[in-house]
This record gives sequence, structure tokens and C-alpha cells, in this order.
Amino acid sequence: MKDVELKMLERAKELLASGEVARVVGWKKGDFCYDPSPAVFKTVEELENGFVYDYFCGANLSKYLIDVSKKEGKTAVFLKPCDTYSFNQLVKEHRIKRENVYVIAVECMAKLDIEKIKAKGVSFVTGVEVVEKDVKVSSLYGETTLYKPEIVLEKCAVCNKTHQVKDEEIILHERPVRDVNRFAEVEKLEAMTEDERFAFWKEQLSKCIRCNACRNVCPACSCIKCVFDNPNSGIAAKANDSEFEEKMFHIIRAYHVAGRCTDCGECSRVCPQNIPLHLLNRKFIKDMDGLYGEYQAGESSEGKTPLTSYTEEDKEPNDVFNGEAK
Amino acid sequence: MQRIGVFICWCGSNIAATVDVEKVAEVIKSEPGVVYSANYQYMCSENGQQLIKQAIKEHNLTGVVVGACSPRMHEATFRKAAEEAGLNPYMVEIANIREHCSWIHKDMDEATEKAVILVRTAIAKVKLNAPLTAGESPVVKRALVIGGGIAGIQAALDIADAGFEVDIVEKNATIGGRMAQLDKTFPTLDCSACILTPKMVDCAQHEKIDILSYSEVEDVKGFVGNFSVKIRRKARFVDETKCTGCKICMEKCPSKKGLNEFNMNLNTRPAIYIPFAQAIPNVAVIDPTQCIKMKTGKCGICQKFCGVGAIDYEQKDTFIERQYGAIVVATGFKPIALDNFNEYGYADNKDVITSLELERLMNAAGPTNGVLLRPSDGEHPKVVTFIQCVGSRDTSGCGKPYCSKICCMYTAKHAMMIREKYPDTEVHVFYIDVRTPGKNYDEFYRRAVEQYGVDYIKGMVGKVYNENGKLMVQGSNLIDNEQITIESDLVVLATAIEPEPSVRKVATLLTASIDTNNFLTESHAKLRPVESPTAGVYLAGVCQGPKDIPETVSQASACAAKVIGLLVKDKLKTNPCVASPDENMCNGCSQCANVCAYGAITYIDKEFRLGGGKTEIRRVASVNPAVCQGCGACTVTCPSGAMDLKGFSSKQIMSEVEAICKM
Repeated sequence: MKDVELKMLERAKELLASGEVARVVGWKKGDFCYDPSPAVFKTVEELENGFVYDYFCGANLSKYLIDVSKKEGKTAVFLKPCDTYSFNQLVKEHRIKRENVYVIAVECMAKLDIEKIKAKGVSFVTGVEVVEKDVKVSSLYGETTLYKPEIVLEKCAVCNKTHQVKDEEIILHERPVRDVNRFAEVEKLEAMTEDERFAFWKEQLSKCIRCNACRNVCPACSCIKCVFDNPNSGIAAKANDSEFEEKMFHIIRAYHVAGRCTDCGECSRVCPQNIPLHLLNRKFIKDMDGLYGEYQAGESSEGKTPLTSYTEEDKEPNDVFNGEAK
Repeated sequence: MQRIGVFICWCGSNIAATVDVEKVAEVIKSEPGVVYSANYQYMCSENGQQLIKQAIKEHNLTGVVVGACSPRMHEATFRKAAEEAGLNPYMVEIANIREHCSWIHKDMDEATEKAVILVRTAIAKVKLNAPLTAGESPVVKRALVIGGGIAGIQAALDIADAGFEVDIVEKNATIGGRMAQLDKTFPTLDCSACILTPKMVDCAQHEKIDILSYSEVEDVKGFVGNFSVKIRRKARFVDETKCTGCKICMEKCPSKKGLNEFNMNLNTRPAIYIPFAQAIPNVAVIDPTQCIKMKTGKCGICQKFCGVGAIDYEQKDTFIERQYGAIVVATGFKPIALDNFNEYGYADNKDVITSLELERLMNAAGPTNGVLLRPSDGEHPKVVTFIQCVGSRDTSGCGKPYCSKICCMYTAKHAMMIREKYPDTEVHVFYIDVRTPGKNYDEFYRRAVEQYGVDYIKGMVGKVYNENGKLMVQGSNLIDNEQITIESDLVVLATAIEPEPSVRKVATLLTASIDTNNFLTESHAKLRPVESPTAGVYLAGVCQGPKDIPETVSQASACAAKVIGLLVKDKLKTNPCVASPDENMCNGCSQCANVCAYGAITYIDKEFRLGGGKTEIRRVASVNPAVCQGCGACTVTCPSGAMDLKGFSSKQIMSEVEAICKM
């Protein structure tokens, strides 16, 4: 990973110094080793002082391009495989000015989930070293070796994504296609009775503190004016609901991103309450695949999408029972 | 301050018998904003309308709610009344307390309570109504008829005779449809071709009619008065402008094994063929699945013999795009497949045939030159048994639940004709009921029984099986209460009819609604039977429901009258309930444009002030109100809620929902 980081830094500096780009979107060091955050670098000095790329750089940088691609001069951005889907989707929706962006495809190697590391009983993490499937985690209390597949981000655990966009690449390894089923958890939920499922979501969504992190990080939630911030929309206020009010927020949000969600998993990654929000989106994706044929949002920046187009092969509404395709 | 007037209609006893209209009017009086509330026997009557007009003037009403029947019935009536009294017509809302309430409830208390809720809901909506003004759109003075059977032909002739251009799009190589396949027509027994082919010729010769045969509708855009239709002209591999119909190609073609569709596959035809002698256009077509030249590259005999050089093996499908003011759908029918009816042995016995096959066997231009011969051995059948209702009135799920309507009459016709031509032939008919309403119809059927001695047996057939070369028809005779077996030479199945399957695609393209049996839905079963609920789309013939030729022709002429009534207008009032975006919230994401079926949404770059003297160019949606049909698809697609529909704003709908939920 260090070699990738060095190459990225070199290239970023080169691009800025030569004036080819006006800014670089990447990750900068945080207060702790596990919280690097997205950042816009405008000078070589800024890069030298703060640029980082490591196993905690899980954040999807695509959404930041909505704003910066409108600015003068080109923007270089580092995109991991999964980020490129969001990027394409935003280009498709005319939100990112493609001609103003220079995409550097970078290796991912699966990012680590600090929450999963903490759940393994390791806290006050000061650094990690990855050797194959072993992760040596150093903390204030010493060193622990953890099994990598158990501590990667959910989105990485089921990832088979490849770069859909690249103007150039910094990739060192070929990634084999893995046999993973990203709908396994959804299938478990589908197998539940309605009451069990309701209880599951009630427990999960009741944890929501409505911090809006999921919405703010979501590349599909990029409306100029969000319905939840618009008093005229009729849904900005909390509903009078005796059960658990936050279900409305999350269900409305899932509907709003349906057909556009690339399953980048950012919603679950940033949730401070560890709500598996991605499961709502994945259920929608699974249903759409069943009803209208397999479709991966963001695979292309052009073409029709299942929910906003019609073909004669589309299932008729009366072919759908209990949310299942006949 | 809002001043709402509420008018509760009794609809005679239609509403008043189930809803306590006086109580509704009384309760509503205390609703905030309501300054006047009345009830009246027939609100839609002259007096009822007068009541509304007077109240608008006297009470200075800002909005009107009429609790009555469906807005599809009288919304226009009440809007007009309001307009005459000086109120904007779009300040009127209808609470449907008939179809949505009185007609579906029995209990008066419940119905009354619901009526109050529905009226409150309409009040909640009307409070958010804004005055709207209708625009205008021009009418293209040309009609499209989809389907060139008798329905399409009649509609086209009537429209063209009124002086309007008409295009007939027919998917087969010739017009004529099912009627061209029939031998005689009931109840007068005229020869079908003798009465149909002159009409086909009239179509071909009419200067206002353009026949696009071997063509299909590929795409439809636009709306009433302004449809834009893309038509696929399928490659017939013969130049229509050159072919003289001399038929030398048919004689010389060495590939003669193609099944003759016109003769219900009872014999074969060459790979290059004209479907039947009186085909219009009288132009050959090549079946590429049978043509040796097209399959192997070697042959080309037809091309050699064609005196005018009409053969073109390289011909490709072409597309044309034309504008129409109105569209008539006349896509017709086909007999159902008999896969679900193994008990009749259709698949296993050549001598079990459908009625349409019998038509061809009886027809002088058919495979047997009109001599009734059994398909298996070419012998004269001595005992012919008809089975009615094969797949009709079938609630088992194997067939169709509806009555196909024409079978009783054509079976009587067949039975009579066989007895007439071959008096030594025994004819039996199994029936459930004989249904012969219609002018001279019952007389016709009685003639078959009384004069021609056809043996009608009330009962169903359980099984048809082959025993030593004889077809054994096992059924019940309900009158004599016995099981019988009739040894027959020929069995004729009066097969149910269903809409031609291509109607589904046509309906989808036209956004015309279709019922569970694939019949197109009319706008009103009794009062608007030839209009589709989609404005500018009209229905003729069996595509709308089973019917015989006289009914089809009447309906086609009715269609034509409606089309002419539309095309004589120079301009149509457009619906002002159209979509419009709040540009400040528009993301420019194009989702609304993607779902718009009318192509009404485009995007423009617009400068926005950001504050601090800064500006930003943003891509925002722009709706063409003349093209928008107010379907609302864009409003529900827009993720930010920037798109809204005038007259049906999200806020209005939410306030309606709230009004309902308050109870």
C-alpha cells in the first residue's frame, strides 16, 4: 500500500506543479491513523503535509466533484473501483462536469473497518500493517494480529467492482473475481416473517439519531435542495408516528436513491450508530434485478435505467406480489 | 380569506338512497372556509347548475366543491357553470360520492360518514387550487387507422369521404383481415368477398387513403391532435411501385412448401406469393424463411421471370414518420390456440378442425375449391358434429371467461350451408345455450333447426377420440338426460376468439388501457363506447370486445364520426394542468425527461445568483406546456420534488391525504 501511496503523491505533485490541474481531490491525514478524510489539495505543500492513502481511506470521493468540477481549471481525483460507479452515475445525471475532471484509478486492496477492529476488542489503534490476510494492529496496549476478511468494510467484503472510469491508473495487482453474494443478508431478511422483519428494522432504525450523515455522504443524495430540508415538501418535519419515526426518513431516502444507488456502502460506513442501512438499498437493487433484469447503477454514464424507462418485457404491476417477482 | 361553496348532489336516488345528503351538507357547513352548503336532486341539471352559479355570485365564492358522480362524468359541466358565473373553472373540485361511495356501500351511516370525508378532502384540495388558463394546440388533419380489416376499412372510408387524409397501417401483406377469409356472412348469407372486396378497392382508389400494408406501428409520440407515429415498413422483397400482380413469380417459384396462412395452413403456397386473388395491394411478398435464394443464395428464378424488375432480395425494413390528429385502433382478433383443450383431439386428428378452417374448406377460393372434403382423406364427410363454446364462457382458466358472441350464429350458418349443399349429410351441434339476439338472427337459427333439420343437442362434449378411423364424439344430452356418443367424420370446434396479440404493443405505445382479456377499454361502457380513455384514440371492431360484422361496421362508422368531429377543429384547448419545475430546486438530472412519454421536457442552461455577487450557470428542466399532458410521471420521479403539477400539486395531494387521515 505504501508504494501505491508514494506513486499517487508523486503524480499528484507533478500534476499540480505542471499546472495541468488546479486541484487534487484525495484523502488527508486525520487526528488518528484510522480517520483520514476527503480533502482538496491546491498546492504541492498541502500534499506534502497532509496527503495519505492507506487501508482506512474508504471514503468515496465522487460526491465532492459535484462542487469542484464547476470551478475553474481541471480537478484530478483518485478513485477506487467502487467510487467510479458513483462517479459515472453523477456524470449521467449531469451533476459532475466530466470534461473538468481527470480520473486517476487507484488500487483499493479492501479497506478496513475501525468499528470491526474495535469490536474485536482492540481500541486506541495507532497503526496497521497488512501482510496478505493478516493485519497487525498496533494500539496503545500493544500489538494484535487480526484476520483481514473479518475486519474489512462491509462494502469491501462483497466487492467485485472494477474501475469503470480511468484517465490513467496506479494499479499494482490484478484482482481475481471472487465468489461472493452481496444479497446474502437481504435473503435472510426476506426469509423472516413480516413481524420478525419489522422487529429487526424497528430495533435497527430506532438507534437512528437523525444526524443526516448517511444522507450527506451519499453520492445519490446530492439534491440542491433535499426534501428533508424543504418545509414545503411536507416531509421535512418528523411524522406523528407511535412506532419508530425514523423509519420514514430511511424508507423515503431509500426510495429516492432507488435505481441510482450504486451500492457504494457509504451510508453504513459513516453511520455512527452502526445501522446496516445498505440493506435497504440492496433489497431495492435485488428486487429491481428480479423485475427488470440485472442492472448495476454507475456501470455506464449513459443509457437507460430500469426505473425511468419502459420495455415490453417489464413486469406488470399485477405480476408482483408481496414484493416478489412472480 | 377563502369562501368555499359546497354542493351535494342526490343523483336522484343513486346517491341519496345510500348517503344522507342533507346531513352531509349540514355537517360540511361548519368546515373552516365553507360559507355556503346546499344539496339538490340533480346538480348537473339546468336548475342545479343555476344553483351553483347563483351561489357563486351571491356569496362571492372563491372555490366550489361539488359532491356528485365521478369527475369524468361532469367535471366539465361544473367547470363551465363556474366560468359562466365569473369564477375560474379550475377553482372547482369534485368529490366523487357516487362511484367511490354510494354505489359501493350499503350502510347509510357508513356511506354518509365517508361522503363527509370525501367532501372534506375536496375542500382541502380546492383551498390550494390556483386559477389556471387553458392554452391551445393545433390539430393535424390526418388520421391513422391501425389494422386493415373490415373495421379499419370502414373507418378509413368514412373519414376519407369527409375529406380528411387517412393512412391504414396493416401488418399483413394485404388489407381485408379476417372477413376476407370468410365464406358466407350471416344472417343473409352473402358471399363475404363479394361485399368486402369492393370496399377494399374503394380504399385503394380513394385519393385520401394511403394503404401502408406489411407495416407496423413502431413508436408513438405526442397527444390528441398531434401524434407523431413511426411506422416500420417491413421488407417484402418486392418493389411495391413496380409489381403488377401478374403472378408469374408464383407460378415459377420452385419452393412451394410454405404453409398458406390465408387458408389457415390447410394447404401450401410458394415462397413468393400474393395472399389471395383480390389482395390489396395486389403485390407479391417473399417469405424469407421459404425462399431458396434467400436461404442458400442460389435460385433467383422469380427475379428472372419478373417482367418489371420488381424483385429485390436485398430490400430492408424502412421507417417513415408521420403526423396524425387522431388514431383508430382496429387490430382485430384471432381464434385462440387449442393447446388447453386436448379433450377435443384437435392436435391429434386432422378431421377435428376449427370453424375458421371450415370457412376456408367451404370457400370456392379455398384449398378444396369450396367442396367440403375431409382434410385427412379428401372424402366427403357424412356426419359432421359441431361443438360450440370451445374456450368461450370458460371459467376453468383454460379458455376465456367471456362469450365470443359470433359462434352461435356462424355455427348455425355452417350447419345450414352443409345441409343445403350436401342434404345427405347428418349435422349435429352441441351447445350450452344458443344466443341469437340481433336483427333476423333468431329467425336464422330457427331456419337451421326447423327448415334444415340440424340436430341441436343441449350439452357439453367431454371427449373426442379416434376409433377405427371414426371420430367418436362423447357428450351429454341434457334434455334427454343421457350420455351419447356420435360417430362423426368431421368435428368442427367453434373456437373462442381473442384480441390479436399485437394489440398489447399497440396499446402500450398509445398508452391506451387494456382489460384482463386484452380487449381495449372504452372510455365509458355505455356512453363513450368507441373512445379510448386516451384522448384522440378510438376503438373499432373486436379489439374492443367480441362482435360480428354488422356491429363492427357500425362501430367503425361511429369511430369515423368521432374522428371527423375532432379533425374539423382547427385548434384544441389544452389542459392547463401541466408540470412545471421550481428551477431553484432542479438538479438538472434528466430523470423527468427520461420518464416523459410526450417529450415535453427539455433542458436549458440558466444563470442563478448565488449571493455575494456570484452567479452560477445551471442546467434546469423546462416544460413545454403545449406538449405536456399532465400525467405527473415527472413529479414523482423528481428526487428533490422540484417538478410539480398544476392543479395536482404535491401539496394539494398531501393536504387531501391529511384530510382523510384526520378522521
